[in-house]
Amino acid sequence: MKKIIIKPNLYYDSVTLMRVSQALSEVPGVVNAMVGMGTDLNKDSLKNLGLFDEQVEKASANDLIIGLEVSTEEALNQALTVLEQQLTKKREEKGGSEKVYTGIEQVVNEDPEANIVLISVAGMYAAREAKKALLNGLHVFLFSDNVSVEEEIMLKDLALEKGLLMMGPDCGTAYINGTALGFANKVKKGPIGIVGASGTGTQQVMVLIDRFGSGVSQVIGTGGRDLSREVGGRMMSFGIKMLAEDPETKVIVTVSKPPAPEVAEKILSLLKSISKPAVVCFLGSDQTGFQGNDVVVVNNLEDTATMAVKLVNSKFSGTNGDQEVLAKIVNELKGKLNPHQKYLRALYGGGSLADETMQELLKDGFEVFSNIPLKPELALPSPLESRGHTVIDLGDDFFTRGKPHPMIEPALRVPRIIKESLDPETAVVLMDVILGYGCHKDPAGVTAQAVYDAKEKLAKEGREVIFIGVLVGTEGDPQNYQEQERKLKDAGVLVVNSNYQAVKLVKSILG
Amino acid sequence: MELFRQKLKAINLGNRDFAEDLRAQGTEVYHLEWEPPARGKKELIDILNLIEDDPEIEKANKIALEKYFNSQPVLVSIGIAREVIPGMDEDTLLHAGPPITWEKMSGPLRGAVIGALIYEGRANTPEEAEKLAKSGKIKFSPCHEHNAVGPMAGVISPSMPVFIVHNVTHGNYAYCTLNEGLGKVLRYGAFSDEVINRLRWMEKVLAPGLKKAIELSGGIDLKTIIAQALHMGDELHNRNKAGTSLFIRNIAPYLVKAGLPDSELVDILNFINSNDHFFLNLSMPAAKVMLDAAHNIPKSTLVTTMARNGTEFGIRVSGLGNRWFTGPAQMIKGLLFPGFKEEDCNPDIGDSAITETAGFGGFAMAAAIAIVQFVGGTPEDALNYSRKMYEITIAENRVFQIPIFGFRGTPTGIDIRKVLSKNILPQINTGIAHREAGIGQVGAGLVNPPWECFEKALLAWKEQYLGE
Repeated sequence: MKKIIIKPNLYYDSVTLMRVSQALSEVPGVVNAMVGMGTDLNKDSLKNLGLFDEQVEKASANDLIIGLEVSTEEALNQALTVLEQQLTKKREEKGGSEKVYTGIEQVVNEDPEANIVLISVAGMYAAREAKKALLNGLHVFLFSDNVSVEEEIMLKDLALEKGLLMMGPDCGTAYINGTALGFANKVKKGPIGIVGASGTGTQQVMVLIDRFGSGVSQVIGTGGRDLSREVGGRMMSFGIKMLAEDPETKVIVTVSKPPAPEVAEKILSLLKSISKPAVVCFLGSDQTGFQGNDVVVVNNLEDTATMAVKLVNSKFSGTNGDQEVLAKIVNELKGKLNPHQKYLRALYGGGSLADETMQELLKDGFEVFSNIPLKPELALPSPLESRGHTVIDLGDDFFTRGKPHPMIEPALRVPRIIKESLDPETAVVLMDVILGYGCHKDPAGVTAQAVYDAKEKLAKEGREVIFIGVLVGTEGDPQNYQEQERKLKDAGVLVVNSNYQAVKLVKSILG
Repeated sequence: MELFRQKLKAINLGNRDFAEDLRAQGTEVYHLEWEPPARGKKELIDILNLIEDDPEIEKANKIALEKYFNSQPVLVSIGIAREVIPGMDEDTLLHAGPPITWEKMSGPLRGAVIGALIYEGRANTPEEAEKLAKSGKIKFSPCHEHNAVGPMAGVISPSMPVFIVHNVTHGNYAYCTLNEGLGKVLRYGAFSDEVINRLRWMEKVLAPGLKKAIELSGGIDLKTIIAQALHMGDELHNRNKAGTSLFIRNIAPYLVKAGLPDSELVDILNFINSNDHFFLNLSMPAAKVMLDAAHNIPKSTLVTTMARNGTEFGIRVSGLGNRWFTGPAQMIKGLLFPGFKEEDCNPDIGDSAITETAGFGGFAMAAAIAIVQFVGGTPEDALNYSRKMYEITIAENRVFQIPIFGFRGTPTGIDIRKVLSKNILPQINTGIAHREAGIGQVGAGLVNPPWECFEKALLAWKEQYLGE
């Protein structure tokens, strides 16, 4: 039974609606549920679910669409009750005598101390709001994607003119004055300043710096496209200059994919002109090593953190994890695989981590298929079907249309974990578990449950699979690192704290 | 960077979790109840992005508003419609709101047309009047296109006496009928003998007497009365108690001086005194004469007219000439008099939204808190309605003030760009007519213009000034 409801001119932000969709999906008897504004993207998703009719087609981006497929009348009624509760929750919360603010200018007029704006509205509206913020003298953290390159350049030029940070579009991670913005971990205060064009990459680096006993002064995000030829590293250059002037920052770190050559040149020569030492992480780059004047290029996230900490603490040994113990475990695990179990299946929420894994494996001659392939010939025909060694970025648009990001809702990864585990050719299932602000409250719990379920099924088939978990987090994170680690270990997951270590493990198991 | 030495204080729009995470870290944050601008319509947002910071528009709006602000509306006399209103002839009936045909008129407007034709002696019975109205011999035209305004049905027929309001600064005039009082009245579509007889008395006794007194006074400054009435609890659309009282104080000595027969003098004073809304028909042409001065400034996005004919709501914009931008008239939300139900109500009707357009009426509800007893809601609501209107207006009034806001000027000068970008529609405070002719007022409440008016106006602005 299908039911479609349109509520005209009733706006909710996408994250709220994803949560509503999720709550509806959990109602017994609900087969499919999608609640979204009438954007083209959402209409497509509704079409795919078969929840489409003329009124859906006519709905505007400002109309709320509720699409439900249920097995019983009772389920429908219950779903509608849940829907009402979920939708009215927001309205009640803002009740009482607390003043309601609707626009940036309105706040600025009343509170001149406001200094930064976080924007995560749909991309088509985002640039306009960011511009308003900049014109009002506010720094911007722009999480939204689907902002055009032209708009990005316009915004960044405006920001530079005003001496403001324009972090984004598509910026996931920043850490300003000890406060995590978006998806970021709680780290110790310290002398290392980071400018990052890669969200999870930056998280991995800041987490390892914390683990290696040092700390972070500021983390400035730039958005993934900043180092493209068009944008030309506008915000990374500005961020570097800001860190150069910042007395708290002793070492500057940059994290990104390898940029266009002329942009790389620009960044490197800027860093060389600055008196502070710098570690440049160009993920997967071939050209590593010292560039002169205290600037070093590295190509993986762990080396980035190691190098940075060494620069501030000459006593730091630079080793991570007890290699001997791990080698012993690996040997033990290898013995449990049968000859058909040959392949890696990596299921990532963090796109940069997925990238790093592919880069590292490629260097050793592994052929790795992916939905975000390093080479076109390694593209999976369908992101839903793995083949050979496969690395999947579950945070990619294909998976996140109308759904929360797996870092927010790891439950969406559970069916895939089970599916890959049961593939007779799978030897290793690799997963990231990312902690910190912005992320799910208990990602390890959700992931561990999936592993329990998979293992139970595998046991019936008389097989074992090696589960490796990359736990990206710190002791300061709100999720409680130790508890998260324990949950994974209890489920029989081999836990490492660095993606680079995980890749090394994979190589030693499959190599 | 200065930011690194400041305490972080954030504004969050979009994902609420980001705000909660900041709070959990002890960082102060304002989470906005954000909505997509222009109801999420890409085409409109693109235009807004282009013209929102256009200095030429700012300049045009400043010129337009300056003309409004330095206007000086003075009641100078009373005349007969056919003699004083431009473009008025024996076969013309003026009505409220945007242009409309007989076929599309709602009950109260039809009733007023019938009553006016009987009053003019063009028909003896309602049936005859209806036949004549349908015949095509009668030209229907909006009051607004003749420098006039009329409350509710707003019908002005050739023989009716009208107030003449002169804008001393700019030399333009505005006209409005005299208010008939409450109950069975033409403006609510009533056309019984009682109604027609009252209109004749107004023509023969009230108007000539008042005319003498007004002329003896040398003219009555309406702007001052409006400013004072706002301090006395009126918003001069739905509440005119103070304005009417002040008018009586102004006119009484001259009425006495006019040497009218005693019985007429008593009747005139009793008539005005018994009608709390008498001053509405003066606050309206005062608003009209000031806004007309601000009309026709090229590029200006200032709204100079908001008016309803009971079927459609129409607005006009200073920079867009005499074009109307219309949408369906809305139902009014408010309180109904005992014995009436929602299905008795007519959609929004009347030129009286000119008061909101001029920065009082619903925009000044915070000055007229007692009005919530009439239109519903709480005193806090009244304050919030006014507060919200600052978001869509260009200026704060220099003369009209809201005492409870520390005598802040009323929100004045609606900008179509602000209405669309903020998704806030002007707040109108109005009476509710019965949907059938002749029954009269059934309640009062709050209403907004339809969104389409502003959307159409912005598209027209783009077409006129930016081309395709």
